Amino acid sequence: MDARTKRLTIKYSKRTLFHLFVIFLGFIMLYPILWMVSNSFKTSAEIFGSSALFPKSFLIDNYVRGWMFNGSITFATFFKNSFYYTIVSTIGAVIASSLVAFGFARIDFRGRAFWYGCMFITMMIPFQVVMVPQFIIFHRLGWINTFKPLILPMCAGVPFFIFLMVQFIRQIPMELDNSAKIDGCNRFMIFVYIIFPLIKPALITSTIFSFYWRWDDFLGPLLYLNKPKLFTVSLALRMFSDPQNATDWPAIFAMGTLSLIPVILIFVVFQKYIVQGLVTTGLKG
Amino acid sequence: MNTSHRKAQLMNDLSGYAFISPWLIGFLAFSIIPILFSLYYSFCDYDILAKPIFNGLVNFKAMFSDDLFWKSLQVTFYYAFVSVPARLLFAFAVAMLFNRGARIIRLYQMVYYLPSIVGGSIAIAVMWRRLFMSDGAVNAVLGALGIHTTISWIGKPETAIWTLIILAVWQFGSSMLIFLAGLKQIPQTYYEAADIDGAGSFMKFTKITVPQLTPVIFFNLVMQLISGFTVFTQAFVVSGGMGDPLNSTLVYALYLYQRAFKYFDMGYSSAMAWVLVLIIGLFTAVIFKSSSSWVYYESKEGK
Repeated sequence: MDARTKRLTIKYSKRTLFHLFVIFLGFIMLYPILWMVSNSFKTSAEIFGSSALFPKSFLIDNYVRGWMFNGSITFATFFKNSFYYTIVSTIGAVIASSLVAFGFARIDFRGRAFWYGCMFITMMIPFQVVMVPQFIIFHRLGWINTFKPLILPMCAGVPFFIFLMVQFIRQIPMELDNSAKIDGCNRFMIFVYIIFPLIKPALITSTIFSFYWRWDDFLGPLLYLNKPKLFTVSLALRMFSDPQNATDWPAIFAMGTLSLIPVILIFVVFQKYIVQGLVTTGLKG
Repeated sequence: MNTSHRKAQLMNDLSGYAFISPWLIGFLAFSIIPILFSLYYSFCDYDILAKPIFNGLVNFKAMFSDDLFWKSLQVTFYYAFVSVPARLLFAFAVAMLFNRGARIIRLYQMVYYLPSIVGGSIAIAVMWRRLFMSDGAVNAVLGALGIHTTISWIGKPETAIWTLIILAVWQFGSSMLIFLAGLKQIPQTYYEAADIDGAGSFMKFTKITVPQLTPVIFFNLVMQLISGFTVFTQAFVVSGGMGDPLNSTLVYALYLYQRAFKYFDMGYSSAMAWVLVLIIGLFTAVIFKSSSSWVYYESKEGK
């Protein structure tokens, strides 16, 4: 073996080792998710003490049983509730955030820096501080067991999205605004016709994050929704797996798997936007 | 001229406040007013049904002799100070491994990122509970490796909190991507200059890569510690809602929730919320103060 082949062999075996290691670690990372999906097709007895990923049986029945939940209310209701809450609050959050971001980024009003600073401070305040008073206020208003306490705060805009959009708007040249003004556009028209279409990537990123956060939201529904027919998927899954009840694990895993489908689908289609949003806000130092 | 200028400024003020009004109204209604109420309740005895009764510092004094308060504080500190550094360390190590351009690496990155995407969902938390039961997959895998055990990892006080820590570290993917983006921003010329000076790869790592990334590490450390201190959902689900076993997973936010919505002790839980604010403020201040000694910022003139 001459020196060159030796060098190449070392190089390639190093590379192979790297890939083997990364794939092995990746497998461990994905294992819990795969285990859940495979369990959704197994019998109860088969899950017991098993780490196998390939089910011996392939029971669609788990999905049917899970979907029927307790007989009177089905997962159709929970999915409907989750989609309603997620979609309405996402639309509200994104539109409001874009309006507010335009105000902060483009209009030189008095007190701008102060309010922008306030917005950052609210990001640092833990939800636990406002949780109790908010609950009492919404309780007084008679809004328990409605979606209003969950949706309304989102329609005020979300600081994280506002920040993301301000960053985006600042990169758009002022000349565009100015020439639109000369053409007779007022501020609102500039926002609607010029800025809003140009910040599409930030809008998409915000929409995705909002969808994820609302879809996964647990504390909000736990506080405000007590009637089973109002439950979101998150709440229903938790009730389903309540340690006090006899638990039908295959059915829980089946519904758990279903609840992850929208999340993973969005990830596969829009990963570029997700990564971009993550990086812009996570790099801020 | 002066009046037209003033008129323009007035127009700016009007339209500016009109655009930020959704946030401004929400800020008053959902932040400022609740914050003031919360501050007031923290000095009150209040059970939601009767009117709040001012009782001075009683809630804060009660905290000092409340064993569960101290327990929850200890559990939360343990959780945050183990899981956050571990997650960042993992993220950093894997980011170094993936810091190259090959196409297949992009695919790996996305696979490693997937747990962060699904990690917040209840489905995962519920599954996590099952994974660590005595007949769960963890023991089955250990059994296959020759370590036969029937420990219920979620049932033993010593190990239960670790299932939550592992769940947090498992989601290192988002920090990994942030670090990767940070690594890409380091100018290649720094490394070239180091090559000319004959620096080895260890030298380059400690003298260029790490100092250049400290602002990013710092920012993520602060933000993740804050969210570590306020962890709720995962602990609620994995611990069965009560912080079991033996309060070993009774994190601060979970105890606060119980005091408010199980015992309707709104005053006490508000006081707990303000202690949480103090703790977070204190830690943020300490990290900020110490940052000048270990965070490397490029000089302003250089930019």
